[in-house]
Formats: sequence, C-alpha cells, structure tokens
Amino acid sequence: MDIFIQQLINGLTLGAVYAVVALGYTMVYGIIQLINFAHGEVVMIGAMVAFTVINALAPFGLPPLLVVLIGTACAIPVCILVGYTMERLAYRPLRHAPRLAPLITAIGVSIILQHLAMLVWSRNVLAFPQIIDTRLYNIAGATITNVQITIIVTCVAMMAALALLVYRTRLGTAMRATAQNPHVAGLMGIDIDRVIAATFAIGAGLAAVAGVMVGTYYGIAQYTMGSILGLKAFAAAVLGGIGNVPGAMLGGVLMGLVEALGAGYIGTYTDLCKISGISEWLTQRCAADGGHFVLFGSNYQDVFAFVVLILVLVFRPSGILGERVGDRA
Amino acid sequence: MTVTARRKPAPPWAALAVVAAALLVLPFAMSEIGTTWVRVTNLALLYVMLALGLNIVVGFAGLLDLGYIAFYAVGAYTYALLASPHFGLHLPFWVILPIGAAIAALFGVLLGAPTLKLRGDYLAIVTLGFGEIIRIFLNNLSRPINITNGPQGVWGIDPFRIDGLNFSVKQTILGLSFSGPIKYYYLLVVFVAAVIALTLRLQNSRIGRAWEAIREDEVAARAMGINTTNLKLLAYAMGATFGGVAGGVFSAIQGFISPESFVLVESIMVVSMVVLGGMGNVWGVVLGAILLSFVPEILRFSVGPMQQSLFGRMLIDPEVIRMLLYGFALVLVMLFRPAGLLPSAVRKRELAERSE
Repeated sequence: MDIFIQQLINGLTLGAVYAVVALGYTMVYGIIQLINFAHGEVVMIGAMVAFTVINALAPFGLPPLLVVLIGTACAIPVCILVGYTMERLAYRPLRHAPRLAPLITAIGVSIILQHLAMLVWSRNVLAFPQIIDTRLYNIAGATITNVQITIIVTCVAMMAALALLVYRTRLGTAMRATAQNPHVAGLMGIDIDRVIAATFAIGAGLAAVAGVMVGTYYGIAQYTMGSILGLKAFAAAVLGGIGNVPGAMLGGVLMGLVEALGAGYIGTYTDLCKISGISEWLTQRCAADGGHFVLFGSNYQDVFAFVVLILVLVFRPSGILGERVGDRA
Repeated sequence: MTVTARRKPAPPWAALAVVAAALLVLPFAMSEIGTTWVRVTNLALLYVMLALGLNIVVGFAGLLDLGYIAFYAVGAYTYALLASPHFGLHLPFWVILPIGAAIAALFGVLLGAPTLKLRGDYLAIVTLGFGEIIRIFLNNLSRPINITNGPQGVWGIDPFRIDGLNFSVKQTILGLSFSGPIKYYYLLVVFVAAVIALTLRLQNSRIGRAWEAIREDEVAARAMGINTTNLKLLAYAMGATFGGVAGGVFSAIQGFISPESFVLVESIMVVSMVVLGGMGNVWGVVLGAILLSFVPEILRFSVGPMQQSLFGRMLIDPEVIRMLLYGFALVLVMLFRPAGLLPSAVRKRELAERSE
C-alpha cells in the first residue's frame, strides 16, 4: 500500500473538515476582528446532539444515511441557537471595548459551553453506532472509504454554497461591506447587528455539520473534542489568511495535509538508526530496539498545527491569501 | 504639585501586624477543621504566586498569555527530575529552585522572541499553542530515551529538607506540633510575601513604568526611547521565573507530577484569577486568586454532601461547578466590571476611555 497516497487521502478528508470549521473563524474575524474562541465548542455540541439523535434512531433499522441526515438536521438548529446566543449575550455588549475584552469573554464562553456539555452528556465518550457498513475503494495502491468520500463531497458542496452566499447574494454583499467598514456599511442602510448575528449563525451551522462529520469519521464524540479541533481550524484560518473566505478553505486543506503527511513521515525522518554509524552507543541502541531509534513518532501529530501557526504568524502574519491587516492593537 | 503631596504615606504598620498575626495562626485554625484545608490553602498560595507571575505579563505589559502553565510545568519537571528516584538524583531544593527558575525564564524568552511582533489576540493563541506543545512533549518524551516518563509522570519526588527540618513529616518544634502541610504553608507565605513585595516594587520602577507605556501604546513607547523588545522579553522571563519557582514548590508538595496537571484549563484558571481580581493591580490579583481557589473548594465540600442528602446521589459534579465558576467569572467580569474587582487606577481609566 502506498503510504504517501494514503496519507494524502486521509489529509484531504481531515483538511476538508478543518476548512469548514475554519470558515466559521474567518467569517467572524473578518467582520468584527474577534477570535471566536468558543467556535470549537459549537462543533463539539453539534457532534454531541447528532450522536444522541443517531443513537436513539439506530435500533429502528432506517437507512444509515437518513439517520445521519436526521441527526445533522437536529444539530444544526441547536448550534445556530448556541452561536446566536453567545453573540447576543457575550460579544455584542463588548463590540466597542478594547480588543482583549471580547477575547477573554470568548475563553469564558468556551469553558462554560464545554462544562455545560459535560453536565448534559457526562464525561463518557459517545460512540457512533455500527450502522454504516464501510466500503473500501482502491485508488493508486491506497484505500478510500465511502465515509471519507461523503465527507469530502459534503465539505466541497458546503464551501461552494458558502462562496455563492458570500459573493452572490444580498446578505453576502452586506457581510463583505460590514467587514470592510462597519460604520459606512451602517450609513448605507445595512443593519449591522443583523449581519453579525447572521454571520455567527452561518458559522455555527457549518460547525454543526463539521461536528457530525468529524464524529462519524473517528467514530466517537466527547465534551473535550472541540478545543483542539477548534485550535487546529483556527491555525488553518490563519494559514490561509484570516478574514479571507477562500483562504480558510485553502488553509484547512493544507493543514489537513501537513498533519497527515507529517504524522506519516516524521517517524521515518527522525529515525536515528539511518546514521547509526556515527556513534557506538547509537549502534547498540538500534540493535537493541529492533533497528529503530525514533526521536519523534506520530504521537507528535498535534504539534504540527501549532508549529505551522507560529511559523505563519512570524514569517507571514497575513497568511497565504490574506491582505495586510492594520496593526490595531 | 507640592513636595509634601508627593511623599508616600507611611505603611500602615498596625494593619500589617494584624494581618501577619492572622497569617501565623491561620494554619492551626484550619487544621482544626481538617488538614485538607491546610492543603487547600497551600494550593491557593501557589495560585497566588502563579497569578502574580502572570500579572506581570498580562497586567503590567499587556501581553495576554494563555500558555502560562507551561512555565509552571517546566519548573515542576525540573524539580521532579533533579530530586527523585527517576534519574537517581537528589539535589537539595535551594539548588534546584534557582535552576528551575532559570530554565523557566529561558523558556519565557524562547516563547517571547518569535512572538514579539504579534498583536494581542494572535499572541494569545500562539502562547496557547506553546503551552500545548510543552504538554505534548512532556507526554511523549518517554521514548526513545525516557526523560519525563510520559503520561505516568514522575513520583517519589523529594520534599523540602533543611537540615533536620523535613517538610513531609510531622515534627514538634518548641512544643508545637507542625504537620507537613503547615510547614509548607509558612514557606509559601514567605514566598508569596516576597513575590508581592517584588512585584509592587517592580510596578513602580523604571521597568514597570516602561511596561505600562508599552501596554498603553507600543509605538509611542518606542518613540519615547523605550527598548520595547528587551522589555517585553523581560516581562516574559520575569513572569516565567515566578511560574517556575511555583512549579518547583508544587512538585515538592505533591510528591508526584504528571502532564495531567498542566493542561490548558489550568492556564485559563490562572488567567481568570488575574482578570477577576483586576489586571495590573497586585492586591486585586491576590484577591482573585484566593477567591477562585477557595470558593470552588468550599462549594465542593458543601454542594456535594448537600446533593447527596437532598437527592440521594450526585447530580452536579463539583468539578463542573468549579469550571463553570471560572467561565462565568471571565464572562461576567468582562461584561460588567472589565477592570476587575479591585481595578488598578491606570487600567480602569484605560478601559473606560478606550471605547469608541
């Protein structure tokens, strides 16, 4: 089996999900320059709600796709409600406050959501019921499952729909106008509060679907799943250029690829046994460990996103597609 | 302004004496209720140290650091590795604490250097990532060479020892029986007092005023001839040093540490303490740390049994209440009292005026 192609497929799947979550960050940031720290928790709530519904429906023998669709259909309104509520209660009152204030609130909201979810669903891991019979397809020596294909197709469709919304509809125009200059947009008759609320709602809706997908992909959901996923998606948004919609999509896919390929190859490239000739001690260690002395294995997978984030911010803070943003501290 | 107006008011010696006396008696009163409470107090004092350290970075220099617990971890692991059976090293604590502080400061500079140019909110996320990276490394550095012993953590860590005075056992000194936690309590009080004195002096020093200038307006500060690069790095290093020392003491008190103790939530807890108390105000931060350390514990001991007796089982895990408390502290303080419970004068003015 070709490891490179396999990791490429895994990376694309993961990257498509990151891209959808990253869109939520980037749209909100583009409009009100807020890192919505709690966005990852919305993804988690989407997954938990959907899993609850799916588990309840599983025994009835409905077609699996329908069950997942019903689960998603239940998760979306819940997430939109959560997204709208947090904007209304926690962020709107602070819209003109110094920048760190809403960020600190966002951290608080994230903690609150996470632990409310723990109250509702307990600490236990929710498992995805065995209703989908996974089929494998061969592509160039690697395998892709029907779940992966569904995830990639859904993500691409959602991104296309969002692009249409942002660039072709009145709401999209209003969103872009607000992002450029809220004051002037307001003078032109745009109801800014409504546009911002709509942005949060759309982002939350996307997050709900992403939650279902990531949960289905890994087969589990837990109240802690949101924070690390959210951070990676945020890193993806920054990589693509925060505030930039195509950038978030590109960043998400790249982040997925970096992570999958990184995890796939880091072990091979940090295996010191390739250069074991340089020291007697290393040769002995290699012989004792079955020819491997791996400095960093795939268990460092989660580090990649942060390293990418730091590198991007240091060398190209505007990201790949982003325009230069002002240094308003 | 006249000269007399400038003179500092004399320290309120009488009030200080009362506080000191109260602090001296406190652990014995606490241990009447239960030794647990002395331990809770010790942990609270550790959080006071952490919050004061973070306050230098967040409150004084205005750099939001969400990975502060990483420095605590560095200090704790330094102590654990140099005074435990893990490597067979048993150095005395007065040797290790400075080493731990120095290594933590080094990590502070390592974090600070690449992030100097970043804006406030980006900086927050990068520091968070840094904290996570440290934790992931602690979790995984057990292979190929076992440095941190991975998720199992390090155990059998030596307590503090000064000659015959061993902090882990009960000893009778001058007719009074001192249990281990009580001895640590006194040590911690001394440490905290030193940290408070240091930060108060720092705040009013040339460095403190420069930090304040950077926080208010970095460009203007640089224009006034302040070396912003060095001063920001110094803020990180100073904050990290306090975190490192606190980590070392934590290691010694617990006798066991694992990466579990240094998760993201811990960083956010310390941030909540600083924010609740009032960023930049030393006494506010002390108050914030004490409140957010004690209230959850009091709730744990009251709400838990109350639920047992009312409903016959635990409905709400006290741990959840604790975390919800931190979350609501952050949100409600920012919404209704953005400068914290005891606002620093400058910060209050800044938060009131900066609204557009």
